[in-house]
Amino acid sequence: MIPAQTATELARMISSGETTAEYVIGQTLKQIEDTSHLHAFLHTNSNAIQQAKEIDHRIQRGERVGRLAGIPISIKDNICTKQYPTTCASYMLDGYMPPYDATVIRRILDEDAIIIGKTNMDEFAMGLSTEFSAYGPTLNPHNTEVVPGGSSGGSAVSVATHTSAISLGSDTGGSVRNPASFCGVVGFKPTYGMISRYGLISYANSIEQIGPMARSISDIQLCMSIVSGPDANDNTTANSTPVSLSEQYHTTENPKVGIIRQMASKDTRIQNILNKAIEELSSHGCQCDEVSLEMVDYSVAAYYTITSTEVASNLARYDNIRYGYDMDYTEYEYHQYVTKARARFGAEVKRRIIAGGFVPSAGYAGRYFLKALKVKSRLTREVNKVFEEYDYLISVTVPILPFRIGEKIDDPVSMFLVDINTVTANLTGKPAISVPYGVVDGLPVGIQIMANSMEDAKLLQFSHILGDDTQ
Amino acid sequence: MAPNANTCPICLGLPGTLPLLNLEAVRHGVALAMSLNCTTPESLAFFRKNYFYPDLPKNYQITQFDAYGHTSIGGNGTINTDDGTEIRIRRIQLEEDPGRLTYEGGSDGRQTTLVDYNRAGVPLVEIVTEPDFDSPRQARSFMNMLADTIKNLDIADPYLDGAMRADGNVSVHGGNKVEIKNINSFHDLEKALHYELTRQNSLYENNITIQQETRHWDERRRITISSRTKEAELDYRYFLEADIPWVDLDDDTIKEISANMPESTTARRERYIKQYNIKPQVANVLISDTHCCRLFEEALTPETALIIANILTTDFMGVMDTREKRAASQITAEHLSKIATLIKSNEITRAVAKNILYKIAKKGGDIDDILDASSYDTSKLYDIISDILQKEPQAAHEARINPPAINYLVGIIMRETRGAADPQEVLRILGELLKE
Repeated sequence: MIPAQTATELARMISSGETTAEYVIGQTLKQIEDTSHLHAFLHTNSNAIQQAKEIDHRIQRGERVGRLAGIPISIKDNICTKQYPTTCASYMLDGYMPPYDATVIRRILDEDAIIIGKTNMDEFAMGLSTEFSAYGPTLNPHNTEVVPGGSSGGSAVSVATHTSAISLGSDTGGSVRNPASFCGVVGFKPTYGMISRYGLISYANSIEQIGPMARSISDIQLCMSIVSGPDANDNTTANSTPVSLSEQYHTTENPKVGIIRQMASKDTRIQNILNKAIEELSSHGCQCDEVSLEMVDYSVAAYYTITSTEVASNLARYDNIRYGYDMDYTEYEYHQYVTKARARFGAEVKRRIIAGGFVPSAGYAGRYFLKALKVKSRLTREVNKVFEEYDYLISVTVPILPFRIGEKIDDPVSMFLVDINTVTANLTGKPAISVPYGVVDGLPVGIQIMANSMEDAKLLQFSHILGDDTQ
Repeated sequence: MAPNANTCPICLGLPGTLPLLNLEAVRHGVALAMSLNCTTPESLAFFRKNYFYPDLPKNYQITQFDAYGHTSIGGNGTINTDDGTEIRIRRIQLEEDPGRLTYEGGSDGRQTTLVDYNRAGVPLVEIVTEPDFDSPRQARSFMNMLADTIKNLDIADPYLDGAMRADGNVSVHGGNKVEIKNINSFHDLEKALHYELTRQNSLYENNITIQQETRHWDERRRITISSRTKEAELDYRYFLEADIPWVDLDDDTIKEISANMPESTTARRERYIKQYNIKPQVANVLISDTHCCRLFEEALTPETALIIANILTTDFMGVMDTREKRAASQITAEHLSKIATLIKSNEITRAVAKNILYKIAKKGGDIDDILDASSYDTSKLYDIISDILQKEPQAAHEARINPPAINYLVGIIMRETRGAADPQEVLRILGELLKE
């Protein structure tokens, strides 16, 4: 079946006339129907076939088409799309239609991509299992009893089940890499400031990035070459350089790779997969040594303290006054109205808002929020120091296998600890990729490689050593 | 403008939008800080001030806060009021304006709050002084000096309604501090502070403890009233706004802004007094209006400077009694320079000069044409009209007993002057002479 090809291959086939966009999109929509029980999508594009036909006509007329012409791309539901609802999988934004497209959306549409649908996620991206969606969980296609990871679970499932060739997710503490690992696809978290966040609905804006997911590293590179680089609508992108496909970035002959001791898995089956990856890197001339990042032990605590603080602030705007759902405002004083309206947030979001009101508050900030910021800056110093000597850092993406749906839902702390290997890249702003590299009990396991800031393109080229195929 | 007609996704804080730093506002802020003798930081940082309020689109305000050393746009400055008192500036911070609230009471007794986000996101500076004021009048004078400085820098129009707002803090006899929020005019600031001083003094005299609180100025009843919201107790949970990266203010940027800054009003005042021998009172009036200063500088010669300063501050400002009228008037520097030269050479009197000025200001025109017309002006017209009245005693008599008959005389005079005389002036002089 055609949609199983990579985006790079599909783009070649469509523009050369080997197949048509209409056929690819038709097959994709059929596949969406066949996999609907996995609940990867919150919304699908009913005009997709029409849009595909238009692209085919342009190709037939010999007109120039974009580099993503006719490629089905799915979008996490926290990225604003003018044509389709954007809900963050929250009842607070039920049916919300943004009046503008995110910068990444404009950039892929300029290349004639077809937005096939909006994918399910943990509410406002808070979670790592997609169980916290207000619209119900997404299931892992490898085993429907376990979670697909999160928060970009719908995106990972969509790519894994060929209902999109590329998906745009967002990664605040591992939300792209974690589901990529759990579903056996490639997921990439760029350097902070590499991709414009304009139109990404903020969860923890100081550390999050939009990140692509795909079935090959080449597709990630293709996507990055289109969406990365400065954007006048996001001041934090000013110093970024777009990823180029033609340039050779990874030129180190015998790169030094650090194996992060604190990120080892207690599960020997998972650890064996990491060892296999290290062997493969060594056989390609890499010099691999263990390195220690002491601050990693405090990273998850710091991560949840910082993100909760930002959540309480970023989600304050949902007061149901300028947009939102119908609620009679008469008889309410302002604060009473807002309190009532905000009751629609889900349990996990509420937990974080409450924590975020507390940890930076007068009298407690010194013990929590300021301490977390200190961990963040020390961790960054530590990582920067390691990068003076090493080119890349490696670990498994997630130290455990995908867990059963409902298993951790009432135990937030054990859920939080699953993030241990992924939050470092966010807290330090570094790029990190998760590449599928093995299977345990029929469930995929991903390997994570990190590089220094702004070395995204170099990291992507290096990652090809660990293979370019989805398991 | 209709409420909410001038908004965009960013100023409404719609989901997914990011704030964009207005670099022109940064430059203006730096210029203001330097004018107020403030130090500017090496880098600017922005913070979020978190609180729920209906005028805040994001329920936090992007502002500045010196949590990591001096990162707000200005600090440790000074400004002198007109009585020479030095007021110390603690801090200047650049922030975003929230929306505007209007309260409406329904006939059913229910209150509705309407929000207009038109001004949401507009750059704003908050200027915090040290407690250096001894009187409400001094506070008002401070506001006037500040307005002059802002106008002189051309960074905002301080005279637009609501463009400058003030919060005033009052305490007496070392007692608790009371903050009066959101006073909209300089006049009301003086009144509100005065009211609050009187209120606190009378509490003090009756041995009643003054509560630390926030009060609002009620413009209608002209009193301060205690605010129901306990804003002083709010914990704003300030933290860095990551969406706006730190802005480096390197030496080159500072030098460039400094080089492009106009002369400060105080420096200008000193220069006028020293260089042109202008009296301090006249200089004070002149520097209060940048338009007049510009006219003055363009028109003057060393010989005429004093005359021009006097014309501008008495005649011109007398005829054009608001800044708006002056700015819109058709008086140019050439006009002033010519008039001053004519006065200097005793060709015209100050009275004639004032008359010419009045005509140009109203209708514009060439100064020579007006001077031609002015050859029939006042003193000359007196002679012509007295002549005609002697020649036409019957018509003069008619005009005395029957006012409309005056038109016959006006006709004769206009013929005699070939239409060059100003009919208004003719009527005025006729009226005067007929009374004799």
